[in-house]
Amino acid sequence: MPLLEIKNLTHRFEGLCAVDDFNFTIASNELVGIIGPNGAGKTTVFNLITGVYRATEGSIYFTGNELVGRTPHQITKLGIARTFQNIRLFKELTVLDNVRIARYGQAIYSPMEALLHMGRYNAEEKRITDHAMELLSIFKLDDAANERSKNLPYGLQRKLEIARALATDPQLLLLDEPAAGMNPNEIKQLMEFIGWIRKTFQVTIILIEHQMRLVMGICERLVVLDFGATIAEGLPAQIQNNVKVMEAYLGKELVK
Amino acid sequence: MSKLKAAYQTLLNKWHIVIAHRFFWPIFLIVGLLFSIAASTFDILDLYLQLILIYVGINIILTVSLNLINGYMGEFSIGHAGFMAIGAYVASLLTVNVFPQTANMFLFPAAILAGGIAAALIGLLVAIPSFKTRGDYLAIVTLAFCMIVKSVLENIDAVGGPRGLLGMEKLTTLPWVFFWTVLSLWVIRNLVYSKFGRGVLSIREDEIASDLMGVNTRQVKVIAFVVSSFFAGIAGGLFAHTLQYINPRMFDIIKSTDILIMVYLGGIASIAGSILGAFIYTILLEILRPLGVWRMVFMPLMLVLLMIYRPRGIMGLREARLFIPLRDLFASKFWRQKKKESGDASAGD
Repeated sequence: MPLLEIKNLTHRFEGLCAVDDFNFTIASNELVGIIGPNGAGKTTVFNLITGVYRATEGSIYFTGNELVGRTPHQITKLGIARTFQNIRLFKELTVLDNVRIARYGQAIYSPMEALLHMGRYNAEEKRITDHAMELLSIFKLDDAANERSKNLPYGLQRKLEIARALATDPQLLLLDEPAAGMNPNEIKQLMEFIGWIRKTFQVTIILIEHQMRLVMGICERLVVLDFGATIAEGLPAQIQNNVKVMEAYLGKELVK
Repeated sequence: MSKLKAAYQTLLNKWHIVIAHRFFWPIFLIVGLLFSIAASTFDILDLYLQLILIYVGINIILTVSLNLINGYMGEFSIGHAGFMAIGAYVASLLTVNVFPQTANMFLFPAAILAGGIAAALIGLLVAIPSFKTRGDYLAIVTLAFCMIVKSVLENIDAVGGPRGLLGMEKLTTLPWVFFWTVLSLWVIRNLVYSKFGRGVLSIREDEIASDLMGVNTRQVKVIAFVVSSFFAGIAGGLFAHTLQYINPRMFDIIKSTDILIMVYLGGIASIAGSILGAFIYTILLEILRPLGVWRMVFMPLMLVLLMIYRPRGIMGLREARLFIPLRDLFASKFWRQKKKESGDASAGD
C-alpha cells in the first residue's frame, strides 16, 4: 500500500483552476520531487494535503485515512509535517519553544494540570524539553536554544524550520522550496543534508522546487506540474529531455 | 564587611538557586499574607493607602487576564469590562440576596468564585466567534458583547436596572485581594509556560503555522478566553465589594479602555509588565487627583507618547526572570551540563 495516494485532486480558487485532476502516489521511504514553473500549483498541492485548503474535488489517502475534510492539526497528528516556502517560524519565540510547540500533540496533560503545574505536567514537560533539546543538538542548534528565532541567520532558520517539522514525529515530510534564497554552494550542502535527514529520521520526503537542476541529484522520481496538471512524470534523466517540460519552462517558441 | 559584600554578590549570581528552593514561594506568600492581614487589622497602613492597594490588586488581576488575550494571543478584545460586570453582579447578588448576612464573612470567597465561574461560562461563548473572526473583527464582536451585557443589566429590574445594585458589605479586604492577585498571577503564569500557553503564543505569531505544527488552535483559544474571563469575573466581584455599589455604566467601554491602557503601558505578553502597568496607572491616577478633570487629558497623552516611543509597553514581549521556570530559562545550560555528565560517564567506562 502506498503511504500517500492522491486521486483526481482538483482545486479551484473562484474561476482559477489551481490544481487540475492531479494523481500522485508515494511509497514509504521514497524521495520524490514536484517541480514546475512559478504558479504551477505546487504549493497548493501541499496546502491541500496538509488541510490548509479543502479540496474542491478528489481524495487524498494517507496510510488508509482520508485527509480531505480534516483540520491541519489532525493531519499533522496522523504523521505529515511540512516547511514553508517563505520561512514561517514563530519569530518572537525562542528556538526551543519553536520546537516544543510542535510537540503539542506529544505532551499529554490536561488544561487543569497545566494551570496548577501539577500531575503529569512536570514529567511531560521534562520529556518534551529533553526531546526538543536532543533534536536541536542533532541540528547543532542547542547552543541557540534560548535565542529568539528571528535572531538566527537565514540558513539556520531554514534548519530550525526542518527541525520543528521533524518534532511532530512525521512519517511524511513536505519540503516547500527549501533552497529558496540560497547560493549554489549552500544548495549543494542542503541537498546532502536532506539525504541525511531521510536516512537518520526514516522519513518519506516530497520536495517542491522550481529550479530543476537542484532536484536532479537527490530525487528518485520527479513529477512536473504546469497549470495545475501533471505534464510529465519519471526518472530525473527522462524528465530532463522531455519536450513538454522544456516548453513549460522556456515557452514553446524557444524550444522549437 | 567585604565578606558580606561577597555573600551579597554570590546571592546575586545564584539567585535562581534561592528562587528554585521549594520553600521560597511558600515563604514569600505567607509573609505577604501576614503583612496584609496585619496591615488591615492593626493601623500599619491608613485606610486610604489600603484602598489604593486594593485597587492596585484588582487592576493587576484585570490586566494580567486581559494580557492573556491581547498580549499573549495577539487578539484585540475590548469586552473585558463585560466579564467584570458579570462577576460583580453574580457575586453581589449572592452576598446580598442569597447568603445569610451572618455567614457572609465566610462565604465571601465562594461568592467571588461563583462570579468568576459565571464570567468563565460566558467567556466560553465569546471564544466561539474567535474561531472565525480575528483582529479588528473580533474587537468589534467583543465590543458588541460589552454593550449587550450593559444593556441587559440596565433592563433587568431584579438587579436594580440602571440604578444599580446596593447593599454589599465591605468584604474585600487587603488579605483577600492579595490572595486572589497572587492566585491569578500564578495560574496565568503556569498557563503561559505550558503547552497550551505556547499554543497561545504561536497563534499570535502565525496561526496557520501553529495549526500545521499540531496545535489544536480551537482548544487553545477556548482555554485562553475561559481563563481570562474567569479572572475578570473575580476582579469584578472584588471591585463590587470594595465600592459597595455597582451600576451598569461602570462597566462600559471606558472601563475596558482603562484595562487596555494598563496592558499596553506595562507591556504585552509579560506578567511583570502587567503588574507594572496596573501599578503605575493606578498610582498615577491617584497622584494626579488634584488636577481634577485634567488628569483625563494627561493619561491619554502619556499613552500617545508611549505608543510612539515604546509601542510594546515597558516590558513588551519580555519577562522578569523571576516568572520564568528554570527549565525554560536555563535550557541551554542544563542541556550542556547533562551532555557533559553523560560524556564523563561514558569516558569513565
